[in-house]
Amino acid sequence: MEKYYQPEIECASREQIKKWQDERLVQTVRRVYENVPYYRNLMVEKGVTPDDIHSVDDLRKLPFLTKADLRDAYPYGLLAVPLEQAVRIQSTSGTTGRRVVAFYTQHDLDLWEDCCARAIMAAGGDKDDVVQVCYGYGLFTGGPGLNGGSHKVGSLTLPMSSGNTERQIQFMCDLGSTILCCTPSYAAYLTESIYEKGVRDQIKLKAGIFGAEAWTQEMRNDIEQKLGIKAYDIYGLTEICGPGVAYECSAQNGMHINEDHFIAEVIDPDTGEVLPDGEKGELVFTCITKDAFPLIRYRTRDICILSHEKCSCGRTHVKMTKPLGRSDDMLIVKGVNVFPSQIETVLLNRGYAANYQIVVSRANNSDVLEVLVEMTPEIFSDTVTAISKREKELEADLKSMLGIYADVQLVAPKTIARSEGKAVRIIDKRNLYK
Amino acid sequence: MTVNQISVFLENKSGTLAEFTKVLLDNKIDMRALSIAETPDFGILRIIVDDAYRAACVLKEAEYIFSVTPVLAAEMTDEAGSLYKIVKLLGENNINLEYTYAFITRKKGKAYMVLRVEDNEKAAEVLEKNGIRIISQEELDDM
Repeated sequence: MEKYYQPEIECASREQIKKWQDERLVQTVRRVYENVPYYRNLMVEKGVTPDDIHSVDDLRKLPFLTKADLRDAYPYGLLAVPLEQAVRIQSTSGTTGRRVVAFYTQHDLDLWEDCCARAIMAAGGDKDDVVQVCYGYGLFTGGPGLNGGSHKVGSLTLPMSSGNTERQIQFMCDLGSTILCCTPSYAAYLTESIYEKGVRDQIKLKAGIFGAEAWTQEMRNDIEQKLGIKAYDIYGLTEICGPGVAYECSAQNGMHINEDHFIAEVIDPDTGEVLPDGEKGELVFTCITKDAFPLIRYRTRDICILSHEKCSCGRTHVKMTKPLGRSDDMLIVKGVNVFPSQIETVLLNRGYAANYQIVVSRANNSDVLEVLVEMTPEIFSDTVTAISKREKELEADLKSMLGIYADVQLVAPKTIARSEGKAVRIIDKRNLYK
Repeated sequence: MTVNQISVFLENKSGTLAEFTKVLLDNKIDMRALSIAETPDFGILRIIVDDAYRAACVLKEAEYIFSVTPVLAAEMTDEAGSLYKIVKLLGENNINLEYTYAFITRKKGKAYMVLRVEDNEKAAEVLEKNGIRIISQEELDDM
């Protein structure tokens, strides 16, 4: 039987949802206009005032926000409440130069946790469940989000954080975890380890909530079959709140967006024009209930399709497909956002030429990031020790810039493939967006 | 006192060495000695040739990444214990050997060790003081 955390909201009529969105949008725009000079300036530039916004239909009059705006306004420029009301930040991992810091009031945290609670109950979770959260805790939103959601549901929560597979499996067996929350690649890795240890029969899992990175249907089938569970997708981004912006239900064919909190639009990434249901485009979110960090028309760069078709689960909120790609060059590797420009910065700082190639692949269900760099006479030495030292330096710099390990490979000059004179920067062998 | 070694960056994949030696062949460059240090990703090929200057020009033209390193070439009699004598002397004098390799020439009864050390002058002094001859570039060119 389908379970709901807030049935009156999750299954509200479309009219009711529209009414909430209309009211909350008008209020939010007015509040942001008054309290966030940065966004007010954007509105002034576009010649729009809060008086022009009467309902969701007026949304398209408002200017977009992009990651570049977040960078320009870093750190406090988009904070919409006095500092005394903000109680928490979360941040994207290790992305110097592109770091996103999002703020929360206690009320914001509360609503975010509600969103995650909806996701857990949609996956069949309840008070008597044991929820093992192996997303990272700390600045990353994954751990804190699902942790809070699990508390809201009243499940027993295991705040494991990421890593230490041995201990994860030990707790899973000893405490009889029933719901697993982690990245899909870690779920696949855990599955393998469970089989290697021969403890499959001690596993009581019934569901998994897997997000923060792209995964294929094949991966889903594989994990479901091997662990005997249902695997659910969850979507979110730090800028909007974290996981729980959208989540899958029993239908497992798209994620319901929490429309009482976030208005979703899909736009043509080139023209900014709003596209109708069923058309593929860039996902844009407007936060209408957040106090501290209510982004308006934030361009996610994620490409997806929206659908208002009636869902078998009874929920009425719009569904999004899992991201089908990106409208920029961002890569998600091991759940971490990686921009080629970050890698370029490191190379240039170390005196390398900007001839490089990023190769992402998947080995043993884990992402592998390789950076191919063309050898130059300046770096070259007649001893292996000296060259290895340069490689190690570069790897250390990349690690501190990206927050994850990248394997540096020095290759012969002019071997990095160029198409029409322009180097092919990214080779993603994972085929995640198919 | 030193001889010029040419070190070349080669990717660790099939065909690269053939490609490289073809360049030498096309330009009629003769090798006196060769050694390769390999890692999983790349290799460093070290050669001593009959005409280092011309080889460098050819490699530059062919867009290889390379460097020219002055190394020592120590002469020894081609018999058991000769190398031991050399490395023992270096060790006793705290001279660290980065790498080394041997070669022979048409000169009968002699073998040569290429020695790559931090301080060529010091190493040469120690060896020559103990009766080990260090050969010069000119001498090598004529071999």
